[in-house]
Amino acid sequence: MYIYDDIDQRIIDERVAQYRDQTRRYLAGELTDDEFRPLRLQNGLYIQRHAPMMRIAVPYGLMNSRQLRKLADITRRYDKSYGHFSTRQNFQINWPKLENTPDILAELATVQMHAIQTSGSCVRAITTDQFAGVAPDEIVDPRPFIEIMRQWSSFHPEFAGLPRKFKIAVNGAKNDRALILGHDIGLELYLDAANKIAVRVFVGGGLGRTPIIGSKIREHLEWQHALTYCQAILRVYNLHGRRDNAFKARIKILVKALGAEEFARQVEAEWLHLKDGANTITQHEYDRVASFFAADRHAPLPENDAAFESARASDPAFAAWVKRNTHAHKVPGYRAVTLSLKKTGIAPGDITEAQMETVADMADRFSFGELRVSHEQNLILADVKLSDLHTLWKQAREIGLATPNIGLLTDIICCPGGDFCSLANAKSIPIAQAIQEKFDDLDYLHDIGDINLNISGCMNSCGHHHVGHIGVLGVDKDGSEWYQITIGGKQGSDATLGTVIGPSFAAGEVPGVVEKLIATYIAERTEEERFIDTVRRIGVAPFKANVYAKEAA
Amino acid sequence: MSNLIKNNFIVADEWTLVALPAPTEEAVRKQAGKVVIFKVTGEPAATPEQIAETQFPAGKIIAPLAVWRARKNELAARFAAGEIGVWIDSFEILEELTASVDDINALPVIAINFPRFVDGRGFSMAALLRDRYGFKNELRAVGDVLRDQLYYMKRCGFDAFKIRADRSAEEALASLRDFSEPYQGAVDNPLPVWRRYARIAYHAPACHKTAHQEEDNEVD
Repeated sequence: MYIYDDIDQRIIDERVAQYRDQTRRYLAGELTDDEFRPLRLQNGLYIQRHAPMMRIAVPYGLMNSRQLRKLADITRRYDKSYGHFSTRQNFQINWPKLENTPDILAELATVQMHAIQTSGSCVRAITTDQFAGVAPDEIVDPRPFIEIMRQWSSFHPEFAGLPRKFKIAVNGAKNDRALILGHDIGLELYLDAANKIAVRVFVGGGLGRTPIIGSKIREHLEWQHALTYCQAILRVYNLHGRRDNAFKARIKILVKALGAEEFARQVEAEWLHLKDGANTITQHEYDRVASFFAADRHAPLPENDAAFESARASDPAFAAWVKRNTHAHKVPGYRAVTLSLKKTGIAPGDITEAQMETVADMADRFSFGELRVSHEQNLILADVKLSDLHTLWKQAREIGLATPNIGLLTDIICCPGGDFCSLANAKSIPIAQAIQEKFDDLDYLHDIGDINLNISGCMNSCGHHHVGHIGVLGVDKDGSEWYQITIGGKQGSDATLGTVIGPSFAAGEVPGVVEKLIATYIAERTEEERFIDTVRRIGVAPFKANVYAKEAA
Repeated sequence: MSNLIKNNFIVADEWTLVALPAPTEEAVRKQAGKVVIFKVTGEPAATPEQIAETQFPAGKIIAPLAVWRARKNELAARFAAGEIGVWIDSFEILEELTASVDDINALPVIAINFPRFVDGRGFSMAALLRDRYGFKNELRAVGDVLRDQLYYMKRCGFDAFKIRADRSAEEALASLRDFSEPYQGAVDNPLPVWRRYARIAYHAPACHKTAHQEEDNEVD
């Protein structure tokens, strides 16, 4: 992974000093709440329901064991010995004291970590595929690009006061696991007819209050121009995006108001002036950054491993875990492993300091000392030898991170919700737990198969409910918590937004509704169909009919 | 003491910023929903009454863009004498300013207003004035100008900062040096970090402590 040089280190050290002084001035009454808010937000610090919430950047979800140990250490010393991995591939702690936050940043800086632009009206931390660099369907490793873009967007002076937050995602694989159509800018890397890296550019996607699938504004951009082209997009948005209404301020509203074609025309006109300028990426810089992600460290191994095969044949629990929680790797003899943070009874994405320490040890022992965070809120050990899988599984099971439910109904994506977040209309974690408890039969879960269930506590959509095969959205009705259900949402290159099935439900009804949706699927599915396929084939009506049947009768 | 920072020093301000007179209530009612610059956001254009009623004090003045455009003839002699600058609000259209003069550098000063410090439109306008329109004279940030935005403003091409009256310009000076090495190229230093230094690749840890300035020889 990328390693800081003196320049990177100086920048984050200077950021710590700057933020320390800003916090000092705020606590001394020299900065008002309104003046301090954007400063602390651009450092990931929210003031939440109980205490500040601090969001720490894990750039493109990649970190090393030393960094994970530091996070564990921080939760022990400054928080309640646990933290939360979010759908933005970041790490959040929920109980730090404001006056300690400069010290926390200083601690992070010692392991090349920070909280820069994890919130606020600026270019946020850029996200990607959790299997970047190892996925067999990968065409271009997106990580060198994202690291170059991370540096370019850090403290970008022109875009320090955008109308709203700005999220960029990059995908370099055949199947999009980065949700690029749901981002302000989505970049898809591919190889063009001349076998050169090119970029397909999408803008104006987003979840939130007004969910919109991104529009393609350029089919072919030479990779060298990625920064200047993004600068043109951001400049058009910065100058013309709405600032009168925070709910209408995202780029998707501007793209919709102008039309994607007109927006693209303005971007192209702007870009003509920026094209070939000094921010054009050079081959030399690309090669330098790419050297940190070189894929030549794997041992030459055979395709299969006899001990692994025999463990899988003799141990059904191990076999179930291998089936759901390990993933094909582009190098023979290796697999990527998902450690599930979705154990029933635990808030999705939550992890204790002790689990972090063990995961750090496991990363050192089995996966080049590195790990990734997925936007599904799980952890990935991306480079595990087949021969190590059985040992790894036993260790993961001991610390409760081996629930074999990846991609299954109980692998719920869920925001912190009303238990923690001051924006939320409704709680989300107890809903996730109630659903997990309802579906505790693993055989049945495996029979249901691949399904994404996403829960957001409000229309800010941190749980990405619009693109869940089943989406649950907390809504406020006359001061009480209700839940609206959508089905048919999907992420990926054929992304769609879910359809609301009808009137919303009380919290206690949600697991029963999910059960009826699943029962409809089981009754209607053909042999090879996943839940989403059945919904797409037969439409929402049969599901709706089944869910609301009792009330109608 | 002056609250104007120019070229990293606190200096006396020889320019008077001319504000638009507040619109009369009647004008506000008449204008409601009618004359706006951006139909989407409804940001109000100066009314004809406001433009007509603007007073010009003696000496060097920075006039509102709408007034400058409408009453250029009245100001022609003072403009020729180098006593007229123009200020533009964050929601106004930059091209109306650049088209209002034959040579942008005939204006000794352009000021960009920040109505609220979080309104970042002025950053892009400054960058455009410098890079696109070749403006070389004083570019001044006015309005809600606070120290924590100065570094960004400087990088976008501002060289003068009128710090908000209730804040200390002296303290604000320190924030111009918040960061010593920016990553990206911008107006004040167009070269991104990788064109300024020979940065190390993964396999050359020996160079770790010796990043050094190099000639830029690879601008495409």
